[in-house]
Amino acid sequence: MLEIQDLHVRVDGKEILKGLTLSVPTGEVHAVMGPNGSGKSTLSYTLAGREGYEIVSGKILFNGEDLAPLSSDARAARGVFLAMQYPVEIPGVTTINFLKTALNAQRRARNESELDALRVLKLVREKAKALNVPEEMLRRALNVGFSGGEKKRLEVLQMSLFEPKLAVLDETDSGLDIDALRMIAESVNAMRGPSRTMLVITHYQRLLTYIVPNRIHVLASGRIVKSGGPELALVLEEKGYEHLIGEPA
Amino acid sequence: MAAIEETRERVADIAGEKYKYGFVTDIEMDLAPKGLSEDVVRMISAKKNEPAWMLEWRLEAYRRWVKMREPNWARVHYPKIDYQDLRYYAAPKSQGERPASLEDVDPKLLETYKKLGIPLSEQKMLAGVAVDAVFDSVSVATTFKQKLTEAGVIFCPISEAVREHPELVKKYLGSVVPVTDNFFATLNSAVFSDGSFVYVPKGVRCPMELSTYFRINASETGQFERTLIIADEGAYVSYLEGCTAPKRDVNQLHAAVVELVALDGAEIKYSTVQNWYPGDEEGKGGIYNFVTKRGDCRGRGSKISWTQVETGSAITWKYPSCILRGDNSVGEFYSIAITNNYQQADTGTKMIHLGKNTRSRIISKGISAGHAQNTYRGLVSVHPKALGARNHTQCDSLLIGGNCGAHTVPYIESRNPSAHIEHEATTSKIGDDQLFYCLSRGIGQEEAVALIVNGFCRDVLQQLPMEFAVEAQKLVGISLEGSVG
Repeated sequence: MLEIQDLHVRVDGKEILKGLTLSVPTGEVHAVMGPNGSGKSTLSYTLAGREGYEIVSGKILFNGEDLAPLSSDARAARGVFLAMQYPVEIPGVTTINFLKTALNAQRRARNESELDALRVLKLVREKAKALNVPEEMLRRALNVGFSGGEKKRLEVLQMSLFEPKLAVLDETDSGLDIDALRMIAESVNAMRGPSRTMLVITHYQRLLTYIVPNRIHVLASGRIVKSGGPELALVLEEKGYEHLIGEPA
Repeated sequence: MAAIEETRERVADIAGEKYKYGFVTDIEMDLAPKGLSEDVVRMISAKKNEPAWMLEWRLEAYRRWVKMREPNWARVHYPKIDYQDLRYYAAPKSQGERPASLEDVDPKLLETYKKLGIPLSEQKMLAGVAVDAVFDSVSVATTFKQKLTEAGVIFCPISEAVREHPELVKKYLGSVVPVTDNFFATLNSAVFSDGSFVYVPKGVRCPMELSTYFRINASETGQFERTLIIADEGAYVSYLEGCTAPKRDVNQLHAAVVELVALDGAEIKYSTVQNWYPGDEEGKGGIYNFVTKRGDCRGRGSKISWTQVETGSAITWKYPSCILRGDNSVGEFYSIAITNNYQQADTGTKMIHLGKNTRSRIISKGISAGHAQNTYRGLVSVHPKALGARNHTQCDSLLIGGNCGAHTVPYIESRNPSAHIEHEATTSKIGDDQLFYCLSRGIGQEEAVALIVNGFCRDVLQQLPMEFAVEAQKLVGISLEGSVG
């Protein structure tokens, strides 16, 4: 269960989230939609604990635990995962090595035994198949020279590898063609389960025809201004954000 | 912010423990009196039972040195060294007589090497590495002698080579780095006490990696090793040196000389993992590493390749170079220099193209963190007769934090219009976005920095012999602990 209570977040001295309240019960998938500049990325970075995203007041509770004092890596070890809108390149570090390092760092933090290179490779291969990620991509430097679609597929691959308890997908649909979108949506849907909480952040309704959420929340000017069932996406698609929030988007 | 603060504090807590090689071995020492004079040079020579010609060679160097001045062109700053306040010879007492086998070596010494993780014991045969270990001034044990002898390879302390292979030593010692070369090399020529000697005969591929571990133990003692490696026609040898020293809050001087000679078609690969004590967080203590390393590609089609991972020392002043004398010879220099806290490094290479169709390649990766200053200084020189010479240089600098500096000083001289010389340089910072990406995947701050820096150094790490590449990768991480925040 993710509970965000009256959250105010400041970035570079400017308040971006202004009293955001939202709760996602365990096992559900909720979507947050909103126009550009509404605070969607700030919400995702704040959940992942990025430095510079200062919580002024309010709380983020995940399964009853306050996330605010935890560093980003500690959150990851507790099962928080953010699929990023703009995955970062790390030259010289092969993708497979990165995945192994990350997986084992999380396991270590949870006092689980580390997996050797072979085990990791086997595990990654299984997950890679479903996302049509070729073996060759795993040997390339992380995200270096990857197309937009490859980067997003790798994000979802990581999600399925780490098996997080809370998965936040930030604009995972941006830059994808329809086939890639469908494939990614399938992988995400396959991960839905009674013990996993998911938050899908998106600008467009498109993704939500493939990943049908339990609830949709509309974010505008740093707050949730409307919540509803999956049908809300269609209303937004038809009438735009302006209709709901009374300002041009 | 909280996370960074916490990391910082944690790192500060363990900083005292960070340099794990900082222990001192309590052992009875045979010490020279402080200061340098002809008498001290004579004493060193006598301790080694050297022939007269060797003593003369040393004395000539000493007389030159007295008239020389310490160089000051490097971008490093340190208080004046009082050369009369140093000791020029220190040896474990029990080593007065050279041990006949490993069983005769003082167990305390072996314990020290065990702590350092050196595969000195012959049980570690599987590692396939022959080790010559130099403790302060004396070479302590050379492993795998038998197997090397069978192949005709000579690998022994240089003091032994002076006595047993004088014809080779006379012919090659000082032939690459002349006695008069520079202040520190001349000093070394006068007082060098030990080091390794390697001779690989014609057409022999040395059956194993050769390795030397240097360890400074005694305080207020300089260490002056001398290494001489000769690969005869068509021979091949790969050699690795590793260095550590105890933590002391006074600076210690290390002025070594390494000479490599590659004859026709020979290849020498020389790798260094240098982890001398770098000083503490405030820049107190640490080794002054003033080293002259040079290889002479004397024969046609010969090749010399330097790979260095420099993580330690308070000050590094070091330019492993290649003289590309033989036609079609090849020189390579792969370097990682990491400076943290108040470390200073001024390091690079010289590629001197004399022969036709000579080629050289330079890849330098400089990483600066804390208040460190890191300078790449390199010379590519193409002489008039070096028809068709080629060089490619790539210099990449990585900055961590806002108080450090990276400097690149390339000197390029071409006196042959057919030369192709390329120089590429980049400077970058570890991005917040890269760090955050790693953190968000559960990788801790220190591990993330190590991962990113290792990626940055990958081209060079790949050049190291396998078994040392792993050690070097770990070292990269350790030496940058506490650098972010």
